[in-house]
Amino acid sequence: MNKILTASTEWVDTRFPLTKMWNEHLAQYYAPKNFNFWYYFGSLALLVLVLQIITGIFLAVNYKPDAALAFGSVEYIMRDVDYGWLIRYMHSTGGSFFFLIIYLHMFRALMYGSYKKPRELLWIIGMLIYACLMAESFLGYLLPWGQMSFWGAQVIISLFGAIPYFGEDLTVWIRGDYVVADATLNRFFVYHVVLVPIILLALVAVHIIALHEVGSNNPDGVEIKKNKDPKTGIPLDGIPFHPYYTVKDIVGIVVFLILFFGVVFYAPAFGGYFIEYNNFFPADPMKTPEHIAPLWYFTPFYAILRAVPDKLLGVVAMGGSIVVLFLLPWLDRSSVKSIRYKGWIFKFALVLFVISFFGLGYLGMQPVTPMKTYFAQLFTFIYFAFFLLMPWYSKMDKTKPVPDRVTD
Amino acid sequence: MSTADVTDRCPKNITEAHKGRRRFLVAATTAVGAVGAGFAAVPFVMSLQPSAKTQAAGAPIEVDISKIEDGSLMVREWRGKPVWIVKRTEKNLAELSSLNDKLSDPNSEVTGQQPDYAKNLARSIKPEYLVVIGICTHLGCSPTHIKKGDAAGADIDDDWKGGFFCPCHGSKFDLAGRVYQGVPAPTNLVVPPYIYLSNTRILVGADSSKGVA
Amino acid sequence: MIMRRIIFALTLLLPAVALSAGGGIELQKAHNDITDIASLQTGAKLFVNYCMGCHSAKYVRFQRIGKDLGLTDDELKENLMFNTEKVGDTMSIAMGDNDAKKWFGAAPPDLSVIARARGTDWLYSYLLSFYLDPSRPLGVNNLVFKDVGMPHVLWERQGWQKPVYEDVTNESDQTHKVIKSLELVDEADKEKAEQYKKDMRNLVNFLEYIGEPAKLERHSLGWKVLLFLLFFLGLAIALKKEYWRDIH
Repeated sequence: MNKILTASTEWVDTRFPLTKMWNEHLAQYYAPKNFNFWYYFGSLALLVLVLQIITGIFLAVNYKPDAALAFGSVEYIMRDVDYGWLIRYMHSTGGSFFFLIIYLHMFRALMYGSYKKPRELLWIIGMLIYACLMAESFLGYLLPWGQMSFWGAQVIISLFGAIPYFGEDLTVWIRGDYVVADATLNRFFVYHVVLVPIILLALVAVHIIALHEVGSNNPDGVEIKKNKDPKTGIPLDGIPFHPYYTVKDIVGIVVFLILFFGVVFYAPAFGGYFIEYNNFFPADPMKTPEHIAPLWYFTPFYAILRAVPDKLLGVVAMGGSIVVLFLLPWLDRSSVKSIRYKGWIFKFALVLFVISFFGLGYLGMQPVTPMKTYFAQLFTFIYFAFFLLMPWYSKMDKTKPVPDRVTD
Repeated sequence: MSTADVTDRCPKNITEAHKGRRRFLVAATTAVGAVGAGFAAVPFVMSLQPSAKTQAAGAPIEVDISKIEDGSLMVREWRGKPVWIVKRTEKNLAELSSLNDKLSDPNSEVTGQQPDYAKNLARSIKPEYLVVIGICTHLGCSPTHIKKGDAAGADIDDDWKGGFFCPCHGSKFDLAGRVYQGVPAPTNLVVPPYIYLSNTRILVGADSSKGVA
Repeated sequence: MIMRRIIFALTLLLPAVALSAGGGIELQKAHNDITDIASLQTGAKLFVNYCMGCHSAKYVRFQRIGKDLGLTDDELKENLMFNTEKVGDTMSIAMGDNDAKKWFGAAPPDLSVIARARGTDWLYSYLLSFYLDPSRPLGVNNLVFKDVGMPHVLWERQGWQKPVYEDVTNESDQTHKVIKSLELVDEADKEKAEQYKKDMRNLVNFLEYIGEPAKLERHSLGWKVLLFLLFFLGLAIALKKEYWRDIH
């Protein structure tokens, strides 16, 4: 058996760099040995991407992207297709878990300075993935054609109308109609199932290649490549990704699956946060719901949008809140990567940022009141201050000496 | 990656006991993981089976056979396919055995082409009524009913006793749906499960009023 | 480490957010139990007799109800199927949407997923809150759904209710009447009204069931999946620990 395996591998290797890739990216890719809890989320994100694609395919087998048939086809999947309900819930739960994982993944980068040189491009690629993910989920949410699907799309697309000169024409071009309609649904279906997944897969491949080019960061922010074994050239603090991190990531995956299936089987709508109640009403262009709210993972940005009283400036602020993240590698002027060796100013700023992000998230779910708008404006200010003041306070911050080797 | 590889790459100071444990754990985790993956595949594969809606649309149909004239054919649709009910005369039935030498499977030996109760000369429950799926067993065209004495019958066979002729590739079947020798079609026409609800009504698509095909 | 603790503490606030519902009438609890088959059967009968004149449940198949509620095809045909002979058919009705709009002002909505859209407490309270209101075209109004277009189809089972008003003074010292509660027009209907509450519980139970027929199956499959994963977790942790002995 072994002989056959070796022979086949050799046959492939002379025609395709299989073993070379296996070594370069797994068996001889040396990752820092001090990865902690925050380092699970990259592999989990990849898992959820695969899950969404597989469940998405099986949903698309039965879904009908037609305004008259869409809502019914989802109920058809839930009732008449064997295990259709399970596939649907996996897909809807996966969407929400994807964002939870990505936010934790990004937060890790914030804490440990994983966006700093030489990983600026890695961070940019990641931000592009995040932007695609937001587009993907926005497109996907229209598909069930419920009240929230319809009106959420109507509101967000109309934001593009705020752009001067060609804004209105742009919105008509996006929709393919004068309001969100069957034409919109059909094209959003294609973008959601074909276009964006292809872009996402390509970006994820590029993301991993970029990571492997410079090597992973770690909780101490120490560059392990600076200390190599003189004989082997292997970083002293590095361990081969396979088998050590493959085996560790399996544990992470199983824990994730337990939480994931716990929700899928026992709380798929999650109190209206993963599947909104209003979306069980079929879309009605004549009746606007009292309270339009996006899904939870968009609410921080929705709160920023609503906090600014002017339509165009609100859109600019909301867009700016994402754009400013792209700039992070150049805003952080600290000489030190990881929060473990930064001073109290940065730690305080990060805590404030987290509070403002959660605060904005909460406010984005609420109906507008003057008091809530005031708080949304306060939190928006803190959110932007975290980034825009960073060149100043990160430079000023008193840092601790960074060790040469990783600590455990 | 054989299990030998697993331990080959162990650091040198690992004892034999641990090499064994390592091998066992890898094998056990892989096995349980494979079982899990197998179970996980089930809902996806099952979701591609006909849904409840499709099964409802493919439910058995009731057919009123009281008005069919002698020698005539009535067509009904079941599961997207034509079902023929042909009222055969005494003469038709008497002539069936005389054709046996010209047929590929005169005694309906090939199982799967008819239920047990249709494994007789007339290939039916009651000899007067033939119930058969009107699709040629060659490549799926729907044959034409050519009665005995029709002008077209002479072109098919010098002594055409009535039956079905498939225009696509020339296959021939008798009035019990049995296939002639020397034609592309390999087997007799399929008899679907059916049952008499009364003298004038049959249920096509189920063997009893409770069991669906 | 502190960071992690702060993050976790903040995430604990989330359930509180989940519970913040909108304002409005205080709803009565429906106390549903979709494992109660007898209740579902009663609810089904009420539904087809009183609701299906105007409301379809076009995503629900009779055959599925039979399977989940333990009814034979004959029992289905006799008790629940008035428009069709085929158990594979759905609970559709003859009334078209355009006609309905003409007659009632708004088309009576399909009720297949109404329990998921409105919630069972809302539905239960709604069915209990019809009262006489001469100002409305059909003579009734509803405390939970103001100016609803639906007549009180079930009035015979409950008896009529009338509003009890109280005076409320607002900030500018103006007094106006507000409905405080509802009471029966005829005291003799008291027992009937109590039975009606039980009936509505059954009806709402049935509505919850048709909202998601797979719910019971999903609960019963869930713990098996989680149990398997827990077992697999044990193996995975053992495997990880064994390999990580190499690392110091």
